[in-house]
Amino acid sequence: MAAPTSHPIPLPSTTTERPVRPPRPPTTRVPRRSRRSRAQRAWRAHWQLYLLVGVPLTYFVIFKYIPMTFLVIAFKEYNVVQGPWGSPWVGLQNFQQLFSNPVFGTLLKNTFILAFYLVLASFPVPIILALALNEIRNGWFKRTVQMVTYAPYFISTVVVVSMTILVLSPRVGIVNEGLGQLGIGPINFLGEPGFFRHIYVWTDVWQTTGYAAVIYLAALAGIDPALHESAKIDGASRLQRIRHIDLPGIMPTAVIMLILGVGNMMAIGFEKAYLLQNNLNLAQSEIIPTYVYKTGLINADFSMATAVGLFNSVVNLCLLLTVNFVAKRVTGNGLWR
Amino acid sequence: MTTITLVSKLRRNRPAARRIREPLGDRMFMLVVTLMLLVALALVLLPLIYIVASSFSSPAAVNAGRVSFWPVDFSLEAYRSALANSEVLQGYYNSLIYAVAGTAISVTLTVAIAYPLSRKTFYGRNVLMTLLIFTMLFSGGLIPTYMVVHDLGMLNTRWALLIPNAIGVWQVIIARTFFATSIPDDLYEAAMLDGASDMRTLRSVVLPLSKPLLAVLALMYTVYQWNTYFDALVYLKDPDLFPLQIVLRNILLLNTPRTGATDLAQQMHQIQLANVLRYALIVVSSLPVLIIYPFVARHFTKGVLVGAVKG
Repeated sequence: MAAPTSHPIPLPSTTTERPVRPPRPPTTRVPRRSRRSRAQRAWRAHWQLYLLVGVPLTYFVIFKYIPMTFLVIAFKEYNVVQGPWGSPWVGLQNFQQLFSNPVFGTLLKNTFILAFYLVLASFPVPIILALALNEIRNGWFKRTVQMVTYAPYFISTVVVVSMTILVLSPRVGIVNEGLGQLGIGPINFLGEPGFFRHIYVWTDVWQTTGYAAVIYLAALAGIDPALHESAKIDGASRLQRIRHIDLPGIMPTAVIMLILGVGNMMAIGFEKAYLLQNNLNLAQSEIIPTYVYKTGLINADFSMATAVGLFNSVVNLCLLLTVNFVAKRVTGNGLWR
Repeated sequence: MTTITLVSKLRRNRPAARRIREPLGDRMFMLVVTLMLLVALALVLLPLIYIVASSFSSPAAVNAGRVSFWPVDFSLEAYRSALANSEVLQGYYNSLIYAVAGTAISVTLTVAIAYPLSRKTFYGRNVLMTLLIFTMLFSGGLIPTYMVVHDLGMLNTRWALLIPNAIGVWQVIIARTFFATSIPDDLYEAAMLDGASDMRTLRSVVLPLSKPLLAVLALMYTVYQWNTYFDALVYLKDPDLFPLQIVLRNILLLNTPRTGATDLAQQMHQIQLANVLRYALIVVSSLPVLIIYPFVARHFTKGVLVGAVKG
C-alpha cells in the first residue's frame, strides 16, 4: 500500500463506514451521585472512622482553633471580667502602641538576626556531616560517629543550657581554663551581650546537627549507585563525585529543609532564649517570644502580648509562603505541589 | 613462563589485587574527611565528658577549676546529695507520671486521627488534613492558648501538661504515612471481605502490624514529655506538680543553694557542694533518655525518615 502521505485529504468514505452506535437505553444510565449522597454513603458505611476522629478533632478545635478566635483580644482592651468577647474594642491601638515603643525596634532586630544566623549556621553543617559520613566505608566508625552526634538531640534544653553555663563559666569552666593557659583572661561569656547569639546558635548546632544529618543520609542512600560507578570509571575523584552527584542528589531535600527552617524562623524557641537570658545580656537576648511571655504572663497585659504574638505569627506565615513560592520558582521543589 | 610469573604475582598480592587502589588525591581527601569526623566526635563528646568527670570529682576540686576530662579526687558526694534532695525525687516521680500518662494519651489520640486519615474510604480526609496542616503554619500563640487552658480549669493541675500539647501534627503525618504505605491494600480488602468493621480492622489487622510505628511515636512523645519545661513554667504554680525539668531549672540556673550551716567552713563546703550538685543533676536527669537511646536510635531514625517521605 501507499504511504499515508499519498492521501493528504481523508476520504469521506472512511468516516461514513464507521458503525453508528445505537443510543443507550435510558434505563441503564446511572445518575451521578451528588456530593451529599456520597457523604451520606461514606457516613453509613464508615461511621466508626468518624467516631474515631471525634476526640482528636475536638482536641484540635479546642486547643488550636478556639485560641485563634481569641486573637481578637489583640484589638481589644482585655479584662478578665468581661472576657474576650465582651471587652471593649480599641482597634489598632495595641499595635500602634507596640510599634511606637522604642523596645520594639530592638526586639525585632534581635529576633531577626538571631533567627537568620540560626538558619544560616544550622543549614550547611548537617549536609557537610552527612556527606562526610557517606564517604566512610568503615561501618563501625560510621555508626559510632552517627550515634554520638545524634545523642545531644535527646538532651533537654534545660540541661543543654546548664551545661553551656558550666562549661563557659568564668570561674570553673573548662573553656576559660583553656583560654587561661593561652594567657587570655577569663571571659564572662554569658555576661557579654555580644556573645549571646553565638552561644545560642552554636549550642543549637551542637544539639541538632546529628539529627538533621539523618535525613540527608537517607537522601544520599537513595542516589543510584550506577551514577557513582560510571563517574568512577570516567576518572572522577571523590570530591568531584560529591560535587556533581551527591549535591544535586540531595538538593530537593535541602530545599525543603531550608524552607522549613526559614518558615519556622520566627517561631524561634522561647525555651532556650529565656534560659540563657540574664540581666547582663538582655540587650541582645530579648526576643519576641520572651517578650510575649513577660508582657503576658508576668505583667498580665494579655492584649499587648497577644498583639505581639499575632504580629509574630503573621510575619512567620508570610515568610513561609514567600520562601515556598521562591523555592518553587527557582528549583521546582516546594512544600506543596 | 610469563603467565606463570604473572599468576604467582597475582597470588602473592591477592588481598591487594581485590581492591583497586585509590588515587593519591582521593586518599588524602579521605584522610581529611576522617579527621573532620574525629573533630566532630570530639566536639560533641568533650563537653559531655567534662560534665561527667566533674560530677565524680570532689566539690573542692571542681570549685578550684582543677577538673578537665577525668575525675579529680574521685567522690560520690554530689550524687549522694542529689539523691537526697526531695525536690529532685518529687520531680523525677512527676516526670515519670507525665511521661507515661502523656505518652499513652498522645499515642492513642494520634492513632485515632491518623488511621481514618490514611483510609481512602474516609470522606472528607483532605479537608481534615488541611485543617491539621494549617495549625502548623499559624497558631493562636501563647496567651490565647493560656486563656483556653484557664477556662477549662486545667491551670495548676496535671492535665495542663498532658492535654494541651497531646497531638503533634508531625506525628500524625508520620502515622498516616505509615498506615497508608506500610500496610498493603490487600489486607484492608481481605478484612473488609471477611466482614470486619473499621474498628475491627484497626484492632486486628493494622495495630499488630504497626509495632515499629507505635514504638517511634511512643519514643517521640516520651522524650518530649521528659524534656519539655515550657508548659510547666506557664501552667503550674504548685511545686508538688513540677516536672523534673522545672526542678532542674530552679536548682541549676536560678542559683538557689540553701545553706543551713552556721560556721564558715561548713557553709563554704555547702556552697561547693551545691555547685557540684549541678553536674551530678545533669547526669542523673539525662541518664534515662541516654540509656535507652542506643537501643532505640534505629527506630528513631526510621521515624524521622517515615515523616520525611511525605516532605
